[in-house]
Formats: sequence, C-alpha cells, structure tokens
Amino acid sequence: MQQYIDLFTQHKSRIEASCAPLLNQAREQAFETFRRTGFPAYRSEDYTHTDVPGLLQEDFGFYLNRPASSGAFPLAFHCQMLLQTAFSAYDVNGYFYSGEKNQPLPEGVFSGSLNVFAERYPELFSAYYHRLAMQEADGLAAFNTAFVQDGYVLYVPENVIIENPIQLTNLLIGNQRSLINRRLLLIFEPGAQAKVLVCNHTGNEQTAMAATQVCEIFAGKGSVVDFCEMEECSPQTIRLAAHYVRQESSSDVRIHAITLANGTTRNNYRVDLAGAHAELQLSGLTIADQRQRTDNYTVIHHQVPDCRSHELFQYLVEEQAIGAFSGRIIVAPGAQHTEAYQTNRNLLGSREARMYSKPQLEIYADDVKCSHGMSTGQIDETALFYMRSRGIPEAEARYLLKLAFTMDVLRGIRMEGLSDRLKWLVEKRFRGELIKCQGCI
Amino acid sequence: MLTIRNLHASVNGKEILKGIDLQVNARETHAIMGPNGSGKSTLSAVLVGHPAFEVTQGEAIFNGQNLLAMPPEERSCAGLFLSFQYPVEIPGVSMVNFMRTAVNEHRKYQGKEPLNAGEFLKLMKEKQALVELDKSLVNRSVNEGFSGGEKKRNEIFQMAMLEPRLAILDETDSGLDIDSLRIVAQGVNQLKRPDNATIVITHYQRLLDYIHPDVVHVLYNGRIIKTAGPELALELEEKGYDWLK
Repeated sequence: MQQYIDLFTQHKSRIEASCAPLLNQAREQAFETFRRTGFPAYRSEDYTHTDVPGLLQEDFGFYLNRPASSGAFPLAFHCQMLLQTAFSAYDVNGYFYSGEKNQPLPEGVFSGSLNVFAERYPELFSAYYHRLAMQEADGLAAFNTAFVQDGYVLYVPENVIIENPIQLTNLLIGNQRSLINRRLLLIFEPGAQAKVLVCNHTGNEQTAMAATQVCEIFAGKGSVVDFCEMEECSPQTIRLAAHYVRQESSSDVRIHAITLANGTTRNNYRVDLAGAHAELQLSGLTIADQRQRTDNYTVIHHQVPDCRSHELFQYLVEEQAIGAFSGRIIVAPGAQHTEAYQTNRNLLGSREARMYSKPQLEIYADDVKCSHGMSTGQIDETALFYMRSRGIPEAEARYLLKLAFTMDVLRGIRMEGLSDRLKWLVEKRFRGELIKCQGCI
Repeated sequence: MLTIRNLHASVNGKEILKGIDLQVNARETHAIMGPNGSGKSTLSAVLVGHPAFEVTQGEAIFNGQNLLAMPPEERSCAGLFLSFQYPVEIPGVSMVNFMRTAVNEHRKYQGKEPLNAGEFLKLMKEKQALVELDKSLVNRSVNEGFSGGEKKRNEIFQMAMLEPRLAILDETDSGLDIDSLRIVAQGVNQLKRPDNATIVITHYQRLLDYIHPDVVHVLYNGRIIKTAGPELALELEEKGYDWLK
C-alpha cells in the first residue's frame, strides 16, 4: 500500500495537471481517507473472500498523462452487443472516448467525459460527484477517488426519455501490467428514463491488468433506469468495482451484473431505497471455470416504507473456480410494507469448485414481507437421466441444463435483444468457443 | 426382440431383482403386474440404464445387442423407450428444444440428416394430435407445471416422436382420470406396429381393458412367479396376489 501513498504524494501534480479542478477537489480528502484506512483488509467482515491488499501488492504501472484529446475513439473497434444504440462511448484504460457515429441525444442530455462534465456543469458535478461513495469510508472507493483522472457521465434531465440503450465499452489495453481507475456517474432526474449497457474487455490475454471502478447512480423520483454490466476479460484481469445507487420515490431500477469470463472480480453494490414505492431488481449471473474468482457483495437498504426489492444471483462454478455471494438486506426501523426477496442459486460442476454464500437479513420493522433462499448443488441428476433416456448424450444434456440455469437471470433484462445476445454468448462460452462479442477485440 | 436371462440388480447393496427371465418378441404386448415393492419399476429402470441400480448378474439382449453395456442415450437410440412413472420437470428447457435435440440424436444414430425446423414442427404437430396434447404445452418447459395427466400424455407424445422398437410403460395409468386413460391408451394402440413391442407395468386391470396384453406376468419379490395369458389379469383383479405367493 505504501507505494500508492508515495506515488500519490510524488505525482499529485501530474495526476491533477490534465484534470478538471472540481475533479481534483475531491482528491485530497479521499487520499486522506485512503491513507487512514488503506485497502479493505483481507478476512475483514465484508472482504472474506477477496484479498484486495494482496491483489494490489505488486507494483502496477499507472497511466498518469491523460491524452490531450478525448475525442472520437481512435481504434477500429465496434462492439455489437446491441443492434441499436442511442450513443456509444469507450473508456480506454480509464480515459473517455466518444463513439464515431453517435446521433444527437435529446436536448439537455449529457453523455461524455467526466472532465468535460465538471467544466460544463460545475453545479451538477458538485451536487452528485462522490456524494454516495463518500458516505462509507471505503478504502477502495477512496483510492479510486484519489487517483481517478477521467470517466463517463450520463446526465438525463427531468422527464427526458432515451429510448435506445447507451453502450459504454471499457477496454484494458497494453503490454505493461497496469492499474487503471475508472469512474461512472449516472444521474437521472425525476421522470427520466434510460438504459445503460457496460461491456468490459481486455485487449491482451497475457498482461495483468487491474481496474478499480466506482459507479454512482442517482435515480430521481419516478425515473426508470436499466443498468447492465457485462464482464468478458482475460484470466489475468483484476476487477474491483463499487456501485452506489440511490433511489428516490417511485423510481424503478434494474441492475444486472453478468460475469462471463474474468480473472478475479469483486463487485460491490450498495443500493439505498430512499423514497417510497421505489422498486429495485438486482440480479447477477456468474459463469466461472479454471481458477476464476467472482465475489459479489450487495447491500440493499430499505430506508423508507413501501419499497420493493428483488435480488437474484446465480453462479455456475466449475473446475477450480470460486464464487462468493454476500447479500445483506437492511429494513430500517419504520420501513413498513417493505417487500424484499432474495434468491441465490449455485451450481457446482466439480469437486474442486467452491461457493461461499452469505444471506444476511436485518429487519427492524414488523409489517414486512421478506424472504431469502439459497441453494448450492450439482446438476439435477434426475433431469440429466431423463434427457439421456430420450437419446440426448450426457454432454449435450448437461449443456442444455446449464443453459437453462442461466436463463432465470437473463430473461429479466429489459434491453431489447440483449438477453438473446447474452444467451448466444453463454452458449459459446459453454461450448468452449471464444466469446468475444462480435466485433470486439 | 428382448431377452432377459437371470437378471439380478440391487440398489445401495440391497438386492431387488433376484433372477428375472423374460422373452419379448416383436408384435407382442406384455403386462407385468405385481404388488408394491415387488421390483416392477426397478426392472424398467435397470433396462433403460438408471445409474442408481447395479446389475450384479445376468444379461439383457436387445435386438442382438448387449443392452446392459450401453449408456442410456444409446439404449434410447437403439429403440428402447420408458414412459416414466414420475416424469421429470426440467425448468428452462423448452419442450421444442428438448424434443428436437432428442429426435435429431436418433436420426444421427440412424445415419439420417437432422430435421430442419419446418420438418420438425410438422412432425410435432402430427404427433401432438395423437395424444390430444394441448398446443400450449409444447411451448413450455419440459413438464413444468403440467398436471399429472398432462405429464403422462407428454410421455406418450415423446414415445410417438421417437418411435421406439420397445416401449415400457411404467404405471402410465397411475394418477390418470378415465378420459386421460382412454386417450393415453388409444395413443399407445395407434403406435403399435408389427415390428415393435410394448411392456405395460401396472397395478390394475383397468389399463388392460384398453391395451390388450398377449402375455401377463406376475412379479413378486424380485422374481416372475407366474406367466399366463390375458385371463390372468382378470383373475388377479378378482383374487389379488395372495393366492400366488
């Protein structure tokens, strides 16, 4: 950890040189938090299965000189996860680039670089940036805030609806082992509606790349927000991501965390249901084999009455892979008529595969409907035999059953065509084919 | 078609089948009756290769092939079919996908080209009518949310799709109301051909009013203790099994 403190102290001016003053304003305080807390300690209560200090112990290179131009994306690269997008954006090693053929978005919408947003909308920036992340003295979020140089912002003003999804493609590219820091800020004013798909890829299978990501989502009153993040990275990749969501009354938020291929992944989701009748669907699908690790840590905080949350996380863990799920649901005192349902289902495909699951419900109100269910097992042998008895070979039967297992999560996605596209990727994944989404590097 | 000699099988070390001998020829319908726990379902499970059962002795020759050495999927492709007593629900796997995969695996085994989507749907429509299976059911996941009767009809539908040489109906009548029973039995009768055969496992005479057996066997305590013509079923209905023990 000391090397990061030294790095910051020595190169602060270089980090700040190319960034908007407002972005730099949050840096010092975050650095102090990081200096005080360090990275979350391995085996501490919330980090039982991810050793953040260990993962980042070795030296990683940093990209400290932000490219002068944050213009159009320089590489010939077209991710085709979605047939129709309203806007495509790229984050390459922490720096924002706009897609080439973007059509104008509805008036008042901002979709672009964090630095540009800070300069053009200083009041909005100050009102939202780091507001959710700073509530917890989380060492990882503090680290990201101290070092981050750019990122992506989507701001959708009141009652503006963006029909087609916005796609952000995060790329980790390079031949040097590097640590990059990325920021997402998504602001939805009352009545706003938009869908965001985030795809994560690595360009080089051999190079170890680590990324921290802090994503803050503000869902205003009555807003409808879809946020789907897909990871398809090399086994050398480390992803440490923290998502903070605040939902105002009657907002409707759907989040999907899809981990198709990865190295070591830690996803934090903290959702505050802060206004009555807010509705949340938080889902995750992890497919892991080899020595992949995926650790999803979620906290859903029902702060007020009459909110609903549905949480569904499914893991398919094979070979020597490890999956972890922690699902904490807090129903605050007085948050009556809360409905909170949590399900975690896991399939283990080998004797060495491991799954750790921790449902954690803390209910401080008495008139609520809450449930949780967790199951970890193997492929249903009776179903397998039934299929074989009809002439379907065992390998094919297993494939069909695994595919069926993943559909529970995928069918909840509201972006048109995306669940089919993901299903197609999952099929390729199970057949052992390369699963680069078409056109991706 | 099927020759079983001195078949012994056990589950978890407990011997259930204690020396079965059975000969089934093409064109024939055999009924196997017997009290609960006599080994009827074990016999069918062993024949289709259920992994929970261990064959400790004996052999089963199916159209010249050593049945017991084949994996379940190969037994199916070779023409053996079991209508399950308790059909399995498979959430997330659609009937269409399930059946298309099965039919095309059978075709592959026979050296035929797979059916294309149009040909397959036509075949499915045709066979659905045979057992009066509701159209909406084939658009659902395999057996998921099907009623007891629908599950049994779905078994016979699958049988119609796969056209087996030897079909074993394991208590297909249990849990069926009288209309479903008639439809299921009619389906089975329509599928009869000179080159195929049927084994009906049942507790009751009732199903045999519709599917007429040529031979009736009584299985008791892991052995076939009596074999006779169809009149035996009527006698059992009247007297029970006690007089045979």
